[in-house]
Amino acid sequence: MRSWDLCWRQPAAARCWAEQLPRLWTVFDLPGAGVIELAGITKHHGPVRALGGVDLVVQPGSLYGLLGPNGAGKTTLLRILCTLLAPDAGQVHINGIDALNDPRAARGCLGYVAQEVAIDKILSGRELLTLQGDLHHLPRQRLEARIGSLTELLGMGDWLDRRCGSYSGGMRRRLDLATALLHHPPLLILDEPTAGLDLDSRAIVWEVLRRLRGEGTTILLSSHYLEEVDALADRLAILDNGEVIAEGSPAALKERLGGDRLTLRLREFSEAHEAERAASLLRDISGVKQVVLNRAQGNSLNLVISDAAVVSAVRERLTDLSLPVFSLTQSRPSLDDVYLQATGRTLTDAELAVASRRDLSAERKAAMR
Amino acid sequence: MTVITPDLEHSQPKVSDSAVPELLQETFALTRRLFIQLVRRPSTLVAGVLQPLIWLILFGALFAKAPAGLLPGEMAYGRFLAAGVIVFTAFSGALNAGLPVMFDREFGFLDRLLVAPLRSRFSIVLASVLHITSLSLVQSLAIMGAAAALGYGWPGGAGLLLVLLTLLLLVFAVTGLSLGLAFALPGHIELIAVIFVVNLPLLFASTALAPLDFMPTWLAWLASINPLTFAIEPIRNAYAGNLGLSQVVLQAPYGNVTLGAALLALAVLAMALFLIIRPLLDRKLS
Repeated sequence: MRSWDLCWRQPAAARCWAEQLPRLWTVFDLPGAGVIELAGITKHHGPVRALGGVDLVVQPGSLYGLLGPNGAGKTTLLRILCTLLAPDAGQVHINGIDALNDPRAARGCLGYVAQEVAIDKILSGRELLTLQGDLHHLPRQRLEARIGSLTELLGMGDWLDRRCGSYSGGMRRRLDLATALLHHPPLLILDEPTAGLDLDSRAIVWEVLRRLRGEGTTILLSSHYLEEVDALADRLAILDNGEVIAEGSPAALKERLGGDRLTLRLREFSEAHEAERAASLLRDISGVKQVVLNRAQGNSLNLVISDAAVVSAVRERLTDLSLPVFSLTQSRPSLDDVYLQATGRTLTDAELAVASRRDLSAERKAAMR
Repeated sequence: MTVITPDLEHSQPKVSDSAVPELLQETFALTRRLFIQLVRRPSTLVAGVLQPLIWLILFGALFAKAPAGLLPGEMAYGRFLAAGVIVFTAFSGALNAGLPVMFDREFGFLDRLLVAPLRSRFSIVLASVLHITSLSLVQSLAIMGAAAALGYGWPGGAGLLLVLLTLLLLVFAVTGLSLGLAFALPGHIELIAVIFVVNLPLLFASTALAPLDFMPTWLAWLASINPLTFAIEPIRNAYAGNLGLSQVVLQAPYGNVTLGAALLALAVLAMALFLIIRPLLDRKLS
C-alpha cells in the first residue's frame, strides 16, 4: 500500500482542517477545546429517555471510544453529532462550529459510517463513491484520484466496478468507510464499525483507523466490543442508560480500579450454597478486597485482590476447607471490570436488561426521516 | 503564552459564489442515480406502459359497439378513450414518485444524502421530480404511439405541445402529492396502499372512460372537480385540433370550463401541493 494522498484537500474539508491547526494550540491553554464538544445533550424517543444530559469532549487527533451495551444511547448520540437528529436540549460543537445552528458547515467536516450500511444495491461501488463525491462537490479529477487511492488502501480494487448488491458484509463496510473518507474529513464518526465483520475486514478497518489517527484525523467510534475499544482508543466513555458513567483512558480506568482479578470456579457448575459459603470464607483473607458471586457463569467467584501474593493464600484456604477447585484464573483488570464496577453488572447482563426495555418502533420512527 | 484563537464567527465557511454549480452538481448526481436505477431495473418503466396499453386495447374493444349518441360528434370510442388512457399513464407514473424516496427513508440511504453538506436539500426533491417527469412523459409518449398505431389518431405539432404541457402540469401536481405522502406516511406498505386506493377510483370518477352527460349527476359533479378531467379534456381537444385557450372543453354542472381555465387549474393545483408539502419537506429534510 502506498502512502495515500493527504496532500490535497477538498475545499470544505480544507476549511475544517485549517481551523483545526490554531485550535491544536488552544488545547494546551484551554483543555476544553475539542473537535467534538457536547454539552448537556438530552433526547427522548417518545416516552423513553435515550440520552440524559451527556457531556463529551474529544481532543483533536485522538481516537475516542464510546462503549456501552446495545440500547445505551450510542447510536442516538452519534446521530445527533452527525446532524441527523436534533437533541431535545444541549449544545453540539464540531470543530468550533455550532452544529445545531450551522449544520451544513458541520457536515462538511465529518465523515459518518452508519451502523447499518445503507447502499444502493444496483449501483457499482464506483458509482456510489462518485455520487457521494458529487454530494460533497468534489472536482471530478480529484474525486477519481481519491477513489483510486482509497479503494487501493481498503483492498477493494477488484470489486469497485461490480454492483454493491454482490458485496459481502465486509466489503460493504469497506465501501462505506471509503464514502465517509472521500472528502477527507478531519473528523470520522463510526457506529460499531466492526460489528459482525469477518476477521480480514476487521483487521483492515483497524489498520485504516490507526493510520488515519496517525495522520491527524480525529476518530470517534462506538462499540460494544470491549477489546476493540481497549486496543484502539486513546480515551473512552462508558455510556449506560443514556448517561456517561465513566470517562478516561483505558489504562487509567483500569488503573483506577486497582488490584488483580481472580476468577474461581469450585466446580464446572457450582451449587449456590457452596459458592456462597466459599465466598464468605474467602472474604476474611487479608488482601482480598471484594468477592462477587457471578450466577450467570455457573456460580463462579470473582475476586479482587491487592497483589499477586494473595493467590497462594486463597489457594491454601481452599485446601484447608477441602473445597474443590475446577479452575482458578488470575488476570489484570479489563474494561469489563471497569464496566462492572461502574454499573454493578457485566456488559452482557446490561445488554439483556436493556433489550427488554427498548421501544424499537419508537426508535425506528425517530431514526427515519 | 499568547494564543491566537481563531475568530470562529468569521472563519465559518462562507456562502461562496459557487452555489449554482454546486447545486447543479448535486442535483445532477442524484438524478443520475435514479436514471441508472431505471435503466438497470426497467420493470417499472415497462409495467407503466403495459398496463395502460392493455386498458386501451381491452376497454377500447369492450365499448367498440357503444350505442350511437353516447359520444359527442359520433366519435369512435377508442378515439375517445385514448386521451383518458394517456392521462392515466402519466398519472399512475407520477403517483409512484414517492416510492423510491420512501425506500431511501426506510433503508437509511436518505441518511447518507442528508449527512453530506448539500447546498440545498431541495435538490433531493428536484431529482425526484426530474426523474419521474421524464419517466411519465416517456410512458405517455409510448401510449400515444400505441394509440396512433391502433388508429385512434395523433395530435398535430402544436397539439403535441399542448398535450405535453398538460401532462407536465398534471405530473408536477401528482408528484408533489406522492412525495408528500412519502414523507408523511410511516412506510412503503402504507404508501402502496394509498396509491392502490387512489389510482383507479380517480380514473373512474373522471371523463376518461365516459363523457359527463352519460354519468348520474353526483358522479358528473365528482368528475368535474377531478384534476384528471382537467388534463383529459384539453388533450381530447388537442387531438381534435381545437387549440384555442377560450375553447370550452368541459360543460360542467357548475358552468363551462375553457381550455385555458383547465390548464390554469392544473398549474394552481401543482403549486398549491408543493406549497402544502413544503413545511413537511423542510421538517423531514432539515
